[in-house]
Amino acid sequence: MNGLAQIPLAHGLVLAAILFCIGLAGLLVRRNVLFMLMSLEICTNASALAFVVAGAHHGSVHGQVMFLFIITLAAAEAAIALALVLQLYRHKHSVDIDQLNAMRG
Amino acid sequence: MILLAVLLILTAGALLACPLEKLRAGSSRTLAIAVQLVAMLLLCGYFPHLEPASFTASAWPQQLFWDEIRQPWIPRFGISFHLAIDGLGFLMLVLTLATGLFGLAISGGQIQHRVGFFHCNYLLAIAGVVGVFTALDLFLFFFFWEVMLIPMLLLIAIWGYENRTYAAIKFFIFTQASSLLMLAAMVALAYFHFRQSGTITFALEDLTGNRLSGGLQFWIMLGFFLAFTVKLPAVPLHPWLPDAHTQAPTAASILLAAVLLKTGAYGLLRFALPLFPEASHSFAPIAMAVGAASIIYGALMAFSQQDVKRLVAYSSVSHMGFVLLGIYTFNTLAIQGAVMQMLAHGISSAALFGIVGKLQQRLHTRNMAEMGGLWAAFPRLGAVAMFFTMAAVGLPGLGNFVGEFLVLAGTFTAQPAFTAVAALGLVGAALYGLRMIQQVFFGSLHDDDIAAADIRRNNLALFATAALILLWIGLYPQPVLNQVRPWVDGIVQQPAATATATAEAP
Amino acid sequence: MLTLWIPLFPLLGFLLLGSFPLWNSREPDEKVTVVIGVGSVALAALATAILCVQFYSQDGIALQQPLWQWLYFSTGSAEIRFQFGLHFDALSAVMACIITGVGVLIHLYAAGYMHGDGSYRRFFAYLNLFVFSMLVLVLADNLVLLYLGWEGVGLCSYLLIGFWYRNPDNGLAARKAFVITRIGDTAMLVGLILLLREFGTLEIGQLLEMSRSPAADPAAMTLASLLLLGGAVGKSAQVPLQTWLPDAMAGPTPVSALIHAATMVTAGVYLIARCHDLFLRSDLAMIAIASIGTLTLLLAGISALVQTDLKRILAYSTISQLGYMFLGLGAGAFSAAIFHLMTHAFFKALLFLAAGSVILSLHHEQDVRLMGGLRKKLPLAFFAFAAGCAALAALPFTSGYFSKDLLLLQSWENFDGANPFWAGGIVGALITGMYSFRLLYLVFFGPAGRASQQCKPVRSRAMAPPLLLLGLLALFGGAIPLHLEDIFGAPAEYAAPHWIEWLAIAMPLLGIGLWYAFHRTSQRAQEITESQSGLRRWLQQGWGFDRLYELLFVLPLQTLSHLNRRDLFDGIFRLIGALCLQLNLWLSRAQSGLLRSYIGVIAAGIVAVLLIAYLALRLASGVAA
Repeated sequence: MNGLAQIPLAHGLVLAAILFCIGLAGLLVRRNVLFMLMSLEICTNASALAFVVAGAHHGSVHGQVMFLFIITLAAAEAAIALALVLQLYRHKHSVDIDQLNAMRG
Repeated sequence: MILLAVLLILTAGALLACPLEKLRAGSSRTLAIAVQLVAMLLLCGYFPHLEPASFTASAWPQQLFWDEIRQPWIPRFGISFHLAIDGLGFLMLVLTLATGLFGLAISGGQIQHRVGFFHCNYLLAIAGVVGVFTALDLFLFFFFWEVMLIPMLLLIAIWGYENRTYAAIKFFIFTQASSLLMLAAMVALAYFHFRQSGTITFALEDLTGNRLSGGLQFWIMLGFFLAFTVKLPAVPLHPWLPDAHTQAPTAASILLAAVLLKTGAYGLLRFALPLFPEASHSFAPIAMAVGAASIIYGALMAFSQQDVKRLVAYSSVSHMGFVLLGIYTFNTLAIQGAVMQMLAHGISSAALFGIVGKLQQRLHTRNMAEMGGLWAAFPRLGAVAMFFTMAAVGLPGLGNFVGEFLVLAGTFTAQPAFTAVAALGLVGAALYGLRMIQQVFFGSLHDDDIAAADIRRNNLALFATAALILLWIGLYPQPVLNQVRPWVDGIVQQPAATATATAEAP
Repeated sequence: MLTLWIPLFPLLGFLLLGSFPLWNSREPDEKVTVVIGVGSVALAALATAILCVQFYSQDGIALQQPLWQWLYFSTGSAEIRFQFGLHFDALSAVMACIITGVGVLIHLYAAGYMHGDGSYRRFFAYLNLFVFSMLVLVLADNLVLLYLGWEGVGLCSYLLIGFWYRNPDNGLAARKAFVITRIGDTAMLVGLILLLREFGTLEIGQLLEMSRSPAADPAAMTLASLLLLGGAVGKSAQVPLQTWLPDAMAGPTPVSALIHAATMVTAGVYLIARCHDLFLRSDLAMIAIASIGTLTLLLAGISALVQTDLKRILAYSTISQLGYMFLGLGAGAFSAAIFHLMTHAFFKALLFLAAGSVILSLHHEQDVRLMGGLRKKLPLAFFAFAAGCAALAALPFTSGYFSKDLLLLQSWENFDGANPFWAGGIVGALITGMYSFRLLYLVFFGPAGRASQQCKPVRSRAMAPPLLLLGLLALFGGAIPLHLEDIFGAPAEYAAPHWIEWLAIAMPLLGIGLWYAFHRTSQRAQEITESQSGLRRWLQQGWGFDRLYELLFVLPLQTLSHLNRRDLFDGIFRLIGALCLQLNLWLSRAQSGLLRSYIGVIAAGIVAVLLIAYLALRLASGVAA
């Protein structure tokens, strides 16, 4: 029962932070929209991990509940994002995010 | 009641102008003229009040007014709908309506598109100015201050000449920036008054009893001062004026020069000086220096212009410098001279802009280099121009001389050095006035067949009326000066009054 | 009541003539204009004459005609009242008689001279307005009303000098006149305000009474006198404000006669004479007046010797004679100065009118070098010129002789013997003799020049009688009694040695003789006098004053206004606007449209905010601990 609680909170949060940074780096560096979406998923999962670890640390079930929410939201968001990617491909015949700079000012 | 009626009838006229124009072309102009005539007639109802009331220090400023309307508006903040009229306000109202009429009448046939909307804006601007001259609640004053600005902006931006957008935006930014300062100052004043006395109010007579500390009073006064001197205009805040005047259509130029400039001076007399007596006294030398600088700088700039309308605009800067100089002398002679200068300049600049408008209508140019020898082609216009240029130059016997003489006489007792500098402005006026006459009307004609005709008799009659009024107030100025006497006395003697009041207060 | 009609008649004339275009698109017949224009001044002259008779028969008590109260202030402790009215005493009588009397003669002459001019009506309208303003000036009993007339004559002078407006040079001359006199007028206005502050009133009678009392502040009175002198110097074309008068000859000759010889330029002399009590209280002012007068009479006299334009000789001569009047005023010889004013009005107007006849007859030729030998062809003009030049040179028993002699005598007297002013006056008399005889000789004697050969004498019924009348006045007008003692006090008994008088008589004769000898005998002298050497040119241009003022005032003003024509304050605000636009351009580069850069900036911003919050917390807890 206490197996998971023996991992210190800090370790879990650091793992989440590292995962988040990896995701952020991927978001910033990759130009392909699909890869950006994957990096975004990593970010989302990292924050979900942070919730789970914190919930486990406090012994409350809310962390798990939040994790379910986040997965649901991520799935919905992925659906819409992929639809937008399809539209982008139809208009610009490319999945390069830098092609979408018409809102330049 | 009369005040409210005047405001309502002007606003109603403004609202009706557009629909009426759709019904019948040309009817909105008739409506505008009729509405203003009716307003003038309504004002005649104040004639029984024209004898000045006797003045006592403690009664100022409450018991001075001939007529008042007071309704609570936003009681939460102590804002009331408070209109009142006294001698000073009456003179300003008469000037507004008279020059508004003159401006419309003299510029017949100039506006060809969106005529109804033009007259709507014109009447709204006049209504705003009427509100400015009668509001005694600070917030209401600010409200009308903004109301008179927007229609003027539209008048310049839609019906102006080639550079109208630039001029309109410049006018707007200058006036708005300074109005925001005034708003901030106003709110600060109300707030500190609330801190001191416990009641929140924006009414003038309550706020004149304020006892703010020196530094605070100075900064708040500065907010008001800047707002009013932008409107006046005083160097160095004047650059909006030449462009706005030059690009505006004739009727709007006349309204701008004759009326809107005076709102600045009126604001100083009605609000800035009574609300902040100590700060104004200590600031007076700077303000007088600014006034003297305006006189000289305006004359210098007018001398170097090639555009005749711009020349007249800069001459307005120079003349209003006399007003600023006179107001801050805190001397009965000088302040009454300043008021007289406001009236006389209103009439003479209205006429001058009318003349320039006529010239532009006939020659399609404002460049003096393309004019010359026009006396032969337009003798009536030339004679009229000569008369009003001589008025601007300060010929005795006309109203402008009375104003300038009294201002100089009053300033001499306070600051002789400024008097000498300001007197140089008289020589400068001769230089630019004669230059204008010379380049436009004398010399030989550039091309001998000018198709346009001289001004017709009805326009000549309008100019002649303005000339006669100018002659009247120049030769017999006493009745005019009597009207502003109570308020001026109050300003001049006020520090003594508040000092005794503070001494008596527990 | 009659006093009011004197200025009112010309005013009515002006209103009628000026408003004519309002109800009639065609110009009126010349006869109508003459009847209204000349008739109004004639009626004014009649009224003046009647009033004079009334006045002198009533034992010389001044007549007052109050008009209206202009302004009234009571400022608690003091009260200031401006009451306008007309005042008729001996001095006003003399001035009004000159203005209306000589005026009506000049108007009559002008009716003939301007015959055929397209703007006939406008000319007489302006002339009538001028006569009105000048009469207001001399009849005013309040200095502000006087100032009204003062500026009014300035305006009319501007309108009339530039009357033939199609020539731009006339307009420039008119503007020069107006601006230079305006400088003097501004000084005068400041002087009026100073007097107002000192005495609390500008009513002339009260002012003079208060300045006689010992309680008045001498420093203030000196300053006020000097400022009023500034105005007089401008109007009467004395050094240093004399440069406008020679150029003012661009106007029609009757204008030069009326305004720039007989009346407007004498306004300065009148002002000082009227306010004599004020000036007498300040020794500095009196010395200043006398010095200016002496300097001017010498400068202008020498300039007159080298002029080649007929009217310019007369212009410089006018400036010189006005200098004599100032000399007299400065010496305290007020009656003598006014007497000389009157005789000068006679002979100078005569000379100008006669010059007009000559100019018309020679088809508008004005260069005296091209004239000569005209005495047979233009006998009336010759008689007029001879009479005028004789009076000008102050030959014995002409009117000019009596007045100039009196002036020189009194300047000797009042300064207790020999003094530089008297000496200047004597030398001036010599020079006056020289240039007046030169004028007469070059035009009417000697061989006929190119212009004289094409002389076509002008015969006009309107132009002859004024010439005759003025000629008689110039010769015999010295006998007119002026009765100015009531105002200025009786003159002291003359204790001057007799040789002074003989010297004053001899000087002009000596001058005539000298010039004639010079001209006759030496060929080289002729070359000197007619050559175009640098010195001669400098003298001819009025001792370089024009050039000096151009360098000191005109050029700097023009340069400054040209440099600043885009308004430097406007430039400052336009700079602010440009700055905002530039900032906009720079900042909008951050809007690249690239999603990735936005994400990067958001991430960096979050990191920065977290860092700041963390540091702040550390700081707060560190402080609290």
